[in-house]
Amino acid sequence: MLSAWNNIKLRNAMLQIIYVGGFVAVIATLIVMGRTNLQAQGIISGFDFLWKSTGWDVNFSLIDFSARDPYWLVLVVGILNTLFLGTIGLVLATVIGVIIGMARTTENDLARLLGAIYVEVFRNIPLIVQVFFWYAIVTRFPGPRQAINLADSFFLSSRGLYGPGLNITGLSAFLGIVAFLAGLGVIIWISAAQRFRRMDPARKTRLRWLILLGAFIVSLVIFWIGRIPDTSLVSMPALKGLNFRGGIRISTELSAMAISIAIYGGAYIAEIVRGGFNSVGRGQIEAAKSVGLTKWQVFSRVRFPLALRAMLPILTNQYVWLIKATTMGIAIGFADFFMVVSTAINQSGQTLELLGILMGGFLVINFSLAAILNRINRAIALKGNQLRS
Amino acid sequence: MAMTGEMGRLGLLATLREKYFSSLGNAALSIICFSILALIVWKFFDWAILSAVFSAANGPEACKATDGACWAVIDARWRLILFGLYPHEEHWRSALACGVVVVMTVLSCLPYFWNGRSISVIWIGGFLAFYFLMKGGILGMPVVDEQSWGGLSLTVFIFVTTVLVGTPLSILLALLRRSELPWISALTGIVIDSVRSLPLLTILFAFAVVLPFLLPDWASGDKLYRAIFGSALFFAAYQAEIIRGGMQGVPTGQEEAAKSLGIRYRHRIQRILLPQAFKNALPATINQFVITFKETSLFIIIGFFEILASGNAAYGTGNWTFAFVEVYAFIAMIYFVFVFSLSRYGAFLERRMDVGDH
Repeated sequence: MLSAWNNIKLRNAMLQIIYVGGFVAVIATLIVMGRTNLQAQGIISGFDFLWKSTGWDVNFSLIDFSARDPYWLVLVVGILNTLFLGTIGLVLATVIGVIIGMARTTENDLARLLGAIYVEVFRNIPLIVQVFFWYAIVTRFPGPRQAINLADSFFLSSRGLYGPGLNITGLSAFLGIVAFLAGLGVIIWISAAQRFRRMDPARKTRLRWLILLGAFIVSLVIFWIGRIPDTSLVSMPALKGLNFRGGIRISTELSAMAISIAIYGGAYIAEIVRGGFNSVGRGQIEAAKSVGLTKWQVFSRVRFPLALRAMLPILTNQYVWLIKATTMGIAIGFADFFMVVSTAINQSGQTLELLGILMGGFLVINFSLAAILNRINRAIALKGNQLRS
Repeated sequence: MAMTGEMGRLGLLATLREKYFSSLGNAALSIICFSILALIVWKFFDWAILSAVFSAANGPEACKATDGACWAVIDARWRLILFGLYPHEEHWRSALACGVVVVMTVLSCLPYFWNGRSISVIWIGGFLAFYFLMKGGILGMPVVDEQSWGGLSLTVFIFVTTVLVGTPLSILLALLRRSELPWISALTGIVIDSVRSLPLLTILFAFAVVLPFLLPDWASGDKLYRAIFGSALFFAAYQAEIIRGGMQGVPTGQEEAAKSLGIRYRHRIQRILLPQAFKNALPATINQFVITFKETSLFIIIGFFEILASGNAAYGTGNWTFAFVEVYAFIAMIYFVFVFSLSRYGAFLERRMDVGDH
């Protein structure tokens, strides 16, 4: 026995077998025990429950959903809601982050101070405190009858924000917006990627406009397909009785989540943007100035492209983090993927299966987001080591 | 004298012009930013101090007469926010326990104590002092169960325990991940990456709510400790990557040299690798501590009465329901003080180390 221990190869093999075997054994024991415990409560494990109807409704859905629909559909609703909130939150956070980040890199002390105050205040307060705060604010707007009226088309009330909308299904609105954003993504890729560097600039510009037009048409077609029959395409909100009819309603939960993610994420993204611009070597900017580029050209041809390349890897992490932060919707009752799954666990008792679906879903969402961004990162990466100053 | 004064003013004007009004765009930016700043400062000052009501002596009605902040709600409910449902006569214990943790944090920020033994003594000692102050049962202090802990002290307890359990775990995970045995490092890598790609909330939920289904009754333990273990696992997965990053900064030559001198694995890790890895990883570690402290607030969702929940309760009942902004501002301020000072300290360390290294 002792000689076996002194044989390094054998010892290493044994150690690895013990480690992996122990890990597998613990997981397997947990699953087996869980199954027996649940069976004792009369819950049969397996994925058959996915086709049973839920018997409960969700408060926000992009697709048609009612209590009679099956469990798999409610999970789809949850995933779509998470992606929907994530998309809104990421876009808004990026816009805020770029504005504040740029303010922090200007030479104007006042703008820098304002940016610094923003970042320090919102970054140092936990997101969930901000979520509760904004939720308390938006639910305390006046009721529909006394709603704050903005130009007769937007109404702020305790039931949510009402605005003019299209009479289309939520899913087609979501898909249309995604199609348009995808078009914008392709345009950015074409502008920045190495592969298109040698393309004739005039052709490149033409190609970009063509793609923009194409994306616009595709999203219009998607909107048109998703039209709700027998209604006008544009609908305006109007007070009927105790509540508003028509238009789109952005629920208080969704707006509170979107505002908090945008503001909190914006503070972090601002720091990333600032770091990106600061990483561009002073020499490169001086060189650009000395060859006679205008201020705008220095920015758009030298500073921005280089800063973007420095930012993107860190931005990827931040985006993944923000997608994960959508789970806090459960605190105020936004029906995101996590809330839907935890309600489903409460209602159906299919704990193990649903927990697996929950974790699997987040792994897939986050890995694909990271994969897409890493792909973009590789496509626009510069050869050599220009980033070092 | 008059001349220099004149010159000084001219100089000031010139600098102002150069700095803020050098071009049309810059002037516009300056004016916009200045107006926003002035507006925020004035509005905030007016709201928070000039028109505010500080005393709860006249009840909530006093607040309704003014547009300013109603700090009276804090005056009336600060005990609930800070101590939760902890017995009233024992509040001094809860306050003292939080004080112990503050002292502990300050001590561990002093480079004098930056060695494995001192840090362990400070943290384990601080934790024990905190725990026995809160729990009681010794020195004639009545026992107070974890169920009645709440408010700031529960937040602090979650944070300290998470760090205390998570740090050794993170070192273990980091060492396993850089193990030379391929299966061990691969499996550890999968575990770390999976935990990192999940939201903390799902992990807390799994540990606090789902785990009792999977474990026999004797092994499931208290819900609070299960949730804290989940939080520690999450912390450890992130911290392990930070430590691994620090280890990668240690030149491989050092470990090879130590090996060729015949130094045992344990001593190579303990005396050569880890001290340097920790030094490299220090700024990122402080950042991770900051994030962890902020994330303790997620415990509200799985049903614990930490400071955010006690804040919700403070304005949610009775006639204070209108005063939610003040309560959230108070809680935000507590978080801000902790987090801001810690992150400033981290930034200071980073700058100092940058200077030292080059």
